[in-house]
Amino acid sequence: MGLFLVVPLVAVFAEALSKGFDAYQSAIVDPDAFAALRLTLLAAAIAVPLNLVFGLAAGWTLGKFQFRGRQLLITLIDLPFAVSPVIAGLVFVLLFGRQGWLGPWAIDHGFEVVFAVPGIILATTFVSFPFVAREVIPIMEAIGTEEEEAARVLGAGGLQLFLRITLPNIKWAVLYGVILANARAMGEFGAVSVVSGHIRGVTNTLPLHVEILYNEYNAQAAFAVASLLACLAIVTLILKAVIETRVQGVATVVEESAVEVMPWESKSAV
Amino acid sequence: MQVRRRVLPGFGLTMGITVLYLSLIVLIPLATLPARTLTMSWAAFRDTVADPRVVASYRLSLGASLAAAAVNAVFGSVVAWVLARYSFPGRRVVDALIDLPFALPTAVAGIVLTTLYAPTGWLGAPLAKYGITVAFTPLGVTVALIFIGMPFVVRTLQPVIEDLDPEVEEAATSLGASRKEVLLRVVLPNLLPAWLTGFALAFARALGEYGSVVFISGNMPMRTEISPLLIVTKLEQYDYAGATAIAVVMLTLSFGLLLCINGLQAWARRRVAP
Repeated sequence: MGLFLVVPLVAVFAEALSKGFDAYQSAIVDPDAFAALRLTLLAAAIAVPLNLVFGLAAGWTLGKFQFRGRQLLITLIDLPFAVSPVIAGLVFVLLFGRQGWLGPWAIDHGFEVVFAVPGIILATTFVSFPFVAREVIPIMEAIGTEEEEAARVLGAGGLQLFLRITLPNIKWAVLYGVILANARAMGEFGAVSVVSGHIRGVTNTLPLHVEILYNEYNAQAAFAVASLLACLAIVTLILKAVIETRVQGVATVVEESAVEVMPWESKSAV
Repeated sequence: MQVRRRVLPGFGLTMGITVLYLSLIVLIPLATLPARTLTMSWAAFRDTVADPRVVASYRLSLGASLAAAAVNAVFGSVVAWVLARYSFPGRRVVDALIDLPFALPTAVAGIVLTTLYAPTGWLGAPLAKYGITVAFTPLGVTVALIFIGMPFVVRTLQPVIEDLDPEVEEAATSLGASRKEVLLRVVLPNLLPAWLTGFALAFARALGEYGSVVFISGNMPMRTEISPLLIVTKLEQYDYAGATAIAVVMLTLSFGLLLCINGLQAWARRRVAP
């Protein structure tokens, strides 16, 4: 089973270098590839911080408070996972396209969304939306509110409380979520492909550039660019593995402290 | 609505940010889909979603996704069991590699699987000797979906298996249960909710998958076209209404699956914490 996973990874690099290192290099320093790399980085640089702020807010609301409709809200946050990436792209075309609801108005005001950079950023934000929230909500819930309440009683302000108490507790989970969100943001294909219009050098992200090269029967160049994305995947996996051990450390601390507060904690939770 | 007085600050602010951002990025855009369909006549909607080519794509999407999820459910549980129960050199590397299909961009997975399983590829050539063609057939679609669905079953089962106490199995064995009985009466009932959740997650992911499939499928009408591809095809022909209609059908399916998954997870939680 390991082979089933490793062989494709090896094959990416083998195909990329199949015509020697010079061909590999020229495919990567190609201006179109460079523009695609820049757009990919830009989209991730906007989408990931937005989703980070959202994830922290959602983690605070849903992890520290109990209220009616909480479970529904959590389900809604998971929605982008359940929706096909193609549909994610489609909804933005329907909203902002020439025949869309907001499209004609936006275009009149000189603001192109579909087949332009903003559409790509929107689609990227949509697909990487739940990652940080999903990691942060359970850990905030597991850690509970006692430390924050104690800090509050001792006179800490809201921001101080968050920065000094909450953030150190959840930092690994946040980082974990950010890495997953980033991997998805940089690698997204389906959603971005629908809104991009494939304008070379303008609205092409790296995954789309891979597709174009591949469909032009330039497989070696396609794999060369793909190898960059494969490196991103490997870095993601390594960081993930490193952080997992840290998160597990936090989780065991939480479990140990949870045992002590169990008797009355479980009563007040219900 | 407030059960007890809230000590911690910031509920209103963070709740506001959460709901506003969720609405802007996810809810309002998704709401355009059903809203757009309402502007279609019922006959036009039915003609689009019941078109033979579209129906063939549902059949392929559902069939290949089910087959891939089933294969993953079997092999994924074996992998999860091995990773959770045994320690061996390189365990951490294998553990990290399980997430590769998740971290590898789907377009990269698509072109590399196509190259590998093409009749001239590393894996395609040996298989071709036995008369098995993978690339550009429904089998190829299934292979791609198995690849991307792999992590879901393993990752949902692994923590549950880690929590299973081997002593319970040992106790059953010492009381005279055979290996098969232990598996069927002790292990499987405990794993069932997580196993079904993993299956449903892999199925849901496979159903919507686009990037890794479009390359290996060859996209032949009636034969190897998946439903997400038909949405893209209709869009490229500026048939927005048609694309929307198919998307609504798929969205309904995904939403149903999401509800199932949530139900399964709630069931699993009740089982774990009685």
